[in-house]
Amino acid sequence: MIRRLHALLGAPLLVGVLAIGHSLESRAEYADVVLNRNSEKEGMRPVVFPHWFHRIRFRCKVCHAELGFKMRAGSNLVTMGDIIDGRFCGACHNGEIAWAPENCDLCHSGKPGLPPGIFGGHETNGPGIW
Amino acid sequence: MPHRKFLSAFAILCASIATAHSGNWTKLSEDGVHDPRGPAIELLQYPGDALSNLPSDTAGNEVDWIRALRAGVIQPRPSIDPDREDRRLDKDIYLDLYGSMPSVRFPHLAHTEWLDCSNCHDHLFLPKRGANNISMFLILQGQQCGVCHGAVAFPLTECSRCHSVPNHEAQRIVAAIEAAEKEKQAGASDGAVKRRDAGTAGPRKDSPNAGKQQ
Ligand code: HEC
Ligand code: HEC
Ligand code: HEC
Ligand code: HEC
Ligand code: HEC
Ligand code: HEC
Repeated sequence: MIRRLHALLGAPLLVGVLAIGHSLESRAEYADVVLNRNSEKEGMRPVVFPHWFHRIRFRCKVCHAELGFKMRAGSNLVTMGDIIDGRFCGACHNGEIAWAPENCDLCHSGKPGLPPGIFGGHETNGPGIW
Repeated sequence: MPHRKFLSAFAILCASIATAHSGNWTKLSEDGVHDPRGPAIELLQYPGDALSNLPSDTAGNEVDWIRALRAGVIQPRPSIDPDREDRRLDKDIYLDLYGSMPSVRFPHLAHTEWLDCSNCHDHLFLPKRGANNISMFLILQGQQCGVCHGAVAFPLTECSRCHSVPNHEAQRIVAAIEAAEKEKQAGASDGAVKRRDAGTAGPRKDSPNAGKQQ
């Protein structure tokens, strides 16, 4: 019975989600994340993190287990201090594994005014917690 | 059965969205997240330059990431620290054996090639078959499987990649697994009794390794 209920609830819900997702016409590459807890407040563009680019080079476990990024957009408080000290993005963006933090604009490349969150162009808008 | 109708409506909807997008990646200057006036827009890579060379797919990044990895087309590093253990588990879990949709095969191997056990255990799923009330309703809300599927891994519109095994076949496989486990457990507890007789502590039946087949 419960299963039935889920089936009945799930189906129209999903249609709803898909319809909303589609009408927003989000065109960002699937799984791009915007980090903007403090950047714009402090006069920098929001940060755009591309999953597609990084997962060609690193498995999820590198960032989400070894380096401690929690899997929830907006939930990691990343500061430039952390990055320069070699934590979070700075574990790689240190001039050895990847280019150094002085390339501000490569990370701070987002459109002003974007809220933190996951974006994605193709099938879903990325549910997050909607 | 009214939900049958919903399901076929989805199938059509999903198919139409998939075809509407396949094979095109948006330019960064038009993607709505990058600032087209920023200095990086000429420096950052256009997704299609990299992704069009990988095994293709219709959803998400339009890349079949599992095939890309297994065929060696990409070689993503498993760790920064070379001494860190790259844990894998080759064990399929079958879910949803009696529902209206085909059963779900959850492959540990495909997941642990990318992910660490701690990405799922124990905060998303207890490592015990049937111990988690997994439901499509919660998945659609971005919980359980939906933490990744619909965000970074292939999206939830791809029903048949999860609902991939006919119910009767999944029921048969699970019955066989359970029979084998019962037999093994009977053997293991015999062993424990013997060891206890000999005065040494046997392995606890509820220890994490009990009944694990590797
Ligand atoms: C190079 C580092 C890196 C790699 C590799 C990586 N991620 Fe992420 N991931 C991030 C960052 C950074 C965020 C955003 C965190 C934030 O906003 O606080 C994120 C966010 C997420 C989220 C949250 C999305 C949401 O809807 O809230 C999920 C899920 C996720 N990643 C899954 C994955 C999976 C699955 C893989 C492997 C296929 C992966 N990540 C690979 C760095 C990475
Ligand atoms: C490797 C990527 C990366 C580079 C390079 C980078 N940043 Fe950041 N920066 C971040 C991330 C991620 C955050 C946290 C985003 C947020 O939540 O607002 C951040 C946050 C900030 C903040 C917010 C306050 C703070 O201190 O955390 C400022 C200001 C900032 N960056 C300035 C800079 C400047 C100036 C440079 C160049 C010298 C730079 N960033 C280079 C990724 C980067
Ligand atoms: C596990 C290592 C690792 C982590 C962690 C990491 N990066 Fe990177 N990143 C790389 C590598 C490697 C490159 C490619 C460098 C090169 O081409 O020299 C790269 C490139 C980039 C690029 C350029 C992509 C392009 O189009 O050329 C951006 C933007 C970027 N990273 C942002 C971030 C941000 C923001 C974070 C933190 C939220 C982060 N990275 C964390 C390894 C990492
Ligand atoms: C990421 C994997 C995944 C995807 C994609 C997925 N499902 Fe599910 N689905 C599950 C899991 C796991 C369950 C719960 C299994 C259980 O009941 O134990 C489930 C349960 C269900 C149920 C309730 C049980 C039943 O069989 O009646 C329905 C209905 C359902 N899914 C429909 C769909 C439809 C329709 C789609 C595509 C639009 C879809 N699912 C896509 C994993 C998935
Ligand atoms: C992507 C998520 C995910 C990852 C990563 C993952 N698991 Fe699991 N695991 C599951 C799910 C889902 C189940 C089934 C739970 C259920 O049936 O309710 C499960 C079940 C198990 C079980 C119980 C199996 C049984 O037959 O009762 C064990 C043991 C287990 N996992 C160990 C591991 C180990 C060890 C790793 C790392 C090498 C790992 N898992 C990685 C999701 C994951
Ligand atoms: C922590 C993140 C995460 C969670 C949670 C997760 N998955 Fe996945 N899953 C992935 C990634 C990453 C892949 C690789 C393919 C991709 O990225 O599209 C994948 C691939 C798969 C595949 C394709 C396997 C193949 O061989 O083609 C199936 C089926 C699947 N997942 C089902 C599930 C089900 C069912 C659940 C919930 C019980 C689940 N996943 C939970 C990240 C996750």
